[in-house]
Amino acid sequence: MAEYTLKLRRYDPQTGEAPYYEEFQVDLEPHRSVLEAILQVKGEQDGSIGIRCSCRAAICGSCGVRINGKAGLACHTHLEHAAKSGVNADGKTILVEPMGNMPVIKDLIVDMDAVHWKKIQRVTPWLINKQPVPEREYVVPHENMVDVTQTMACIQCGACVSDCLSMEVDPLFVGPAASAKAYRFVGDPRDAEQFERLKDLAEDPHGIYDCTHCFNCIEACPKGVAPMNQIMRLRRIAGNDHHIVDRNNGERHERAFVSLIRGYGLLHEAELLPRSYGGDSWFGKFHPAAGQELLESLPIVVKGLMRGKMSPKLAMLGHRIPKADLTAVQGIYDKVEGKDRRYELNLYISGYEDEPEAADSGAAEAQPAAVGAGDGMPSAPGPDPNRPTAASESESA
Amino acid sequence: MKVAYWPGCVSRGFTPELHGSMAAVAPLLDIELVELDRACCSGAGVIAEHSQELADTLNARTFALAQAVQGADLMMNICSTCQGAHSESQERLDANTEYRTHVNGTLAAEGLSYEKGLTNKNFLWLLVEEIGLENLKKKVKRPLTNLKVGPFYGCYIVRPTDRLGIDDEHPRDHYLHWVIEALGGTVIDYAGIHKCCGFPIITMNKEASLKQAGRHLGDAMDADADCLVVPCPLCHLNLDLQQPGASKVVGRKLAMPVLHLPQLVGLALGLDPKQLGMSKHVVKPTSVIDWSSAVVGAPAAA
Repeated sequence: MAEYTLKLRRYDPQTGEAPYYEEFQVDLEPHRSVLEAILQVKGEQDGSIGIRCSCRAAICGSCGVRINGKAGLACHTHLEHAAKSGVNADGKTILVEPMGNMPVIKDLIVDMDAVHWKKIQRVTPWLINKQPVPEREYVVPHENMVDVTQTMACIQCGACVSDCLSMEVDPLFVGPAASAKAYRFVGDPRDAEQFERLKDLAEDPHGIYDCTHCFNCIEACPKGVAPMNQIMRLRRIAGNDHHIVDRNNGERHERAFVSLIRGYGLLHEAELLPRSYGGDSWFGKFHPAAGQELLESLPIVVKGLMRGKMSPKLAMLGHRIPKADLTAVQGIYDKVEGKDRRYELNLYISGYEDEPEAADSGAAEAQPAAVGAGDGMPSAPGPDPNRPTAASESESA
Repeated sequence: MKVAYWPGCVSRGFTPELHGSMAAVAPLLDIELVELDRACCSGAGVIAEHSQELADTLNARTFALAQAVQGADLMMNICSTCQGAHSESQERLDANTEYRTHVNGTLAAEGLSYEKGLTNKNFLWLLVEEIGLENLKKKVKRPLTNLKVGPFYGCYIVRPTDRLGIDDEHPRDHYLHWVIEALGGTVIDYAGIHKCCGFPIITMNKEASLKQAGRHLGDAMDADADCLVVPCPLCHLNLDLQQPGASKVVGRKLAMPVLHLPQLVGLALGLDPKQLGMSKHVVKPTSVIDWSSAVVGAPAAA
């Protein structure tokens, strides 16, 4: 047994009182879950603590909370691990707060209807059959189905919504969970409206181009859904396959970036901005949309030039890699872009080579070297062996 | 130590003071920089968004060039975004021989080939894991006593933890804290430490982008920080270059100096602010310069 301090954020909007933090001492084995600790405190010390839970086995998605600042399932987080996580961890105290980006109903219970479910409903979360419907079943390539199972693994716990940094500043952002749900149908070969779905999400000022690429949703998800990766795929299919040029500059920005690297090898910052607004050519800067943006940025540019941050020459001409190397880079572009089909390695489907080897050689693990090799996202959908002990051990609900 | 050094684009473009300060600091840390001046942009996640194979092939080319540097211990970068984009490509290249062979097939035109298992570290990781904090402490000539520094990591070198090799033995998401302390400074805790600067959506949703930057800067001010330190030039663009714009969006006056990591290290190693290019910032690091002139002439730490 070990002693932990459970520090809970308490708040009951109906009382009119401000939120506050309350500490409880619990004595539980380190491998027990944070949920078990909360339920023990609720059962033995203070029955008024508000927490939503059901399966206690990381299946139902009810007990999403923030533990030491990071969203996750209370039933899926070991006490020992929780006490060590976060920059300010002391190995003993576990801070539990309600999830972010959603209004608090009471204590650790948030209003999922107000945010999460509204966003899910926004993306037409059902299959729209291709016509004509075949007499028997649809025949779908195996790989396509395995691909969408990654998003089907979502248990709607809201952890990704809680920690989404774009939603923190733009509550209208469609968000990670709904975007992953959108990919579930965009990636399904039986769906008839791939283009319409993508057009809708690309044109929405708070749609797929609002994602700031912060990886928080990937970290928060207890099921390996990797919502941000799905958003990037939605963008890729919208821009490359359907050529959807959106009013948010998303597609233009991507196209300008990719073609500037082809032309210079390095990023030409001064050209990227006007082209993202005005279109991907040297004339992009004369487009009215680019003109307005350039005018707005003028004070910054002047300041930058005055401080010697950029030289006028650099701002006008950019910088490039040597000619021979630029030719080689352009050769790579021609070869890769010249193909009929994109060649992608989906690690979710393919998994990682050498994984068992890395696991049994302890010596290899002592080296910090190879970044990210040998671990990471689950190679196949299914139960996580690391999850807390079975629900049957704990007291009945 | 000798490293294959990838400076990135922005450090030689709109934040030249980053590349300059790295060059000034390297000899003091006994780092020999062999610049990968033939390599191209990491794609910053945008090329991968367009085509994974294109991003991975361009990055495999960079890795192959790094591996061809004679006597280099590893590859080093000074840009979190490059680290993130490179690690993403490397994860795929290292995970699958068939894929790597396919990509190398494209590189063969130039006689290059990437061999699995490159070690590629951001300067921050290199400071802690290769140079070592004890060693760093010994080199400090002007400890950052009483300088209150807010760490700002940026997303790409803290997430996803698996891909970036962050675990109990390598808590790389704590390193900036450790380095500030090793240099004698005071770490300021504020809400934005591991959050996003907003830069990736500056052309798509400027308001949301600058609101992110503005909030973190404001939070750091409220926490009484003298300056922030960033290991990523793109964060620097949103937090420093765009600070006047962010100030308008969040509706409060902001005046928070933002230093690049090599600048902060250089300051502690005895270089003067001008040498480190601090005069090039949009937000003048007055508090830092005042601090440094106040301690100039103070006895060096034993």
